[in-house]
Parts: sequence; structure tokens; C-alpha cells
Amino acid sequence: MKLLALLLVAFAAAPASLPDVEDEVMCVECGTVLNISNSPVADQERALIRRQIAQGRDKEEIKAALVEEYGPGVLAMPDEGGFGLAAYLVPALLALLAAGGLAVAARRWRRRGDDGPPATGPELEPADDRRLDAELAAYDR
Amino acid sequence: MRFGSWAVIATLVALVGLLSYGVASKRTDTSIDEAVAAGQRIEAPEMDLPVLGQPGERTLSDYRGKVVVLNFWASWCKPCTEELPLLERTQKRIAPQDATVLGINYKDVSGDALGFVRRFRLTFPTLRDRDGAFAELYGSRAFPETFVIDRRGRIAAQRRGPVDQRWLDRTLPPLLAEPA
Repeated sequence: MKLLALLLVAFAAAPASLPDVEDEVMCVECGTVLNISNSPVADQERALIRRQIAQGRDKEEIKAALVEEYGPGVLAMPDEGGFGLAAYLVPALLALLAAGGLAVAARRWRRRGDDGPPATGPELEPADDRRLDAELAAYDR
Repeated sequence: MRFGSWAVIATLVALVGLLSYGVASKRTDTSIDEAVAAGQRIEAPEMDLPVLGQPGERTLSDYRGKVVVLNFWASWCKPCTEELPLLERTQKRIAPQDATVLGINYKDVSGDALGFVRRFRLTFPTLRDRDGAFAELYGSRAFPETFVIDRRGRIAAQRRGPVDQRWLDRTLPPLLAEPA
């Protein structure tokens, strides 16, 4: 147990790598994730991350240093206010609508199952009925 | 029409509205360009900004009564750093006439920016616009950008792109001659 705790602490405090941080922060001028950005400001951000890694900082410390320099917009997460709020609200709203739609549809299907006609085909004409019986009897032989 | 159909239509309308708002909100503000082109002077946008390399914050109104050459620059922007020596020469020339260059360091690492301040021995004050919110108020899109603000805090001239001596010589003297 003690060993596991030590391993967890060691893992949590492990120095980060550039790819590990790059995909969680934005290029502040290009508006794209840093690992696919190629511009002077993206190069500056990468240089800052490398310096932080060289100082033995972990991922959270590096992200905090980036926020200190560029503000919270450097994190690859939408704003929690204004238009950015839509990124959180729209999926939640769509999920709610989908759940509501499924519930309504399920209720209708169930009601149709209770009230509707039995799940058999239409009545056969006597001649067809006799022909069907004859053909089925032929298979039984 | 059934409730389900109304819900689908309402959702689609809401999504189209959201998309339209998103597109409209990302559009660059051109009100300053239009006002300056029409010869009008509009109030310069303000924001409390941290001072580069020093504690504390300052805002444009701290310089009210002075002619301010507001210059947006960043250490990662080559044309910006190339015009810093010209801006420093301008500062030395206009400071005795109750005017100042005011640098706005845009989305930059403060250590890198301070490196340029030391390298070019910049004496004019520089504030930090770390997330670009202040530049957004000026509709900035092509760095460097320079705005000349009169003694009453109104934008009198602008240059989107590098400034040169000729532009400064043409723009500054009439504004420096205006009373506060």
C-alpha cells in the first residue's frame, strides 16, 4: 500500500514532456491547439514549455506558468462565460433533448403495444387459407 | 403540428442563432478605422493593465493631458521589434512636449519582452496586454499597430502596420501643438 502511494506521488510529480503539454494548450495568436500550430508565438510558447521542463516542473506547474504569461485563454478549454459557455451548454441541451425524445418515443411504442391490434397479419381468404395449410402439410411430410 | 416537430424546429432555430452569434462576435471591430478615415476623433478604449517589469497597473487615463503614441508590440513579432528603436527616438523627441510613447506588449512572455526593453534601452513605459483583450478593443489584426491619442483621450490617428519617420513627422506636430 505504501509502495503504491509512493508510486502515485512519484507519477504525479513526474516532469512533463513537450507533447504531453502541447496538446492541452492553445497557440494564443492562431486559435489552434499548440501541437498543430506553427507561428512565431507558438514557437515562443514551446520555448517557454521547454525551459519549464528543464527546471523540472510538472504539467500543472507549466500550465500555470503559461496562464501567468498569456492569461487563461491559453488553456485548451472553452471560456466559462460568454460565447464559450455554449461549448458546455449546447451538448448538455442536445443530450437532454435526445433523452426527452427517446422517453417520449418509448412511451408511444409501449402504448401502441398495449392498445394496438395483435401482431398478426390480415385475415386470409378461405381459399388462400386452405392453400397455405396444404403447402405447410407438404413440408411436414 | 405535434409537440415533437415544434421541438425539432425550435432546436434548429436555436442552433442557427447560436452559429450566427458566434460568427458575428468573431468579426473584427472596424469602428476606429471608419472614424479616423472620416476625420472624427472617438474616445480611446481603456483598460487597467499591468506594467511590464514593475508591480502595479496603469490605464490610458493616467496619461490624460499628454499626446500618447500607443504602440502594440510583441517580442515574437519581427516588424514590431524592428520599429522599437524609432519609437525610442520619438520618445526622446516628444517627451519634453508633454507627450509619450506608450508600449502595449501583446500576448508575450514578460522575460522575452524585457529582453528587448534592455537591448534597445527603451525609456518609454510599457503595459502588458497578456491575453489580447485590450488589442481587441482597438480592432487590432496586424501587428505592429500604432494609435495616436490626443490630449483629451481621443484617437486622432492610426497605423495598422509598421510606422516610419515620415508618418510620425506628419502626424505628431499638429497634435503636439493642440492645447490640453
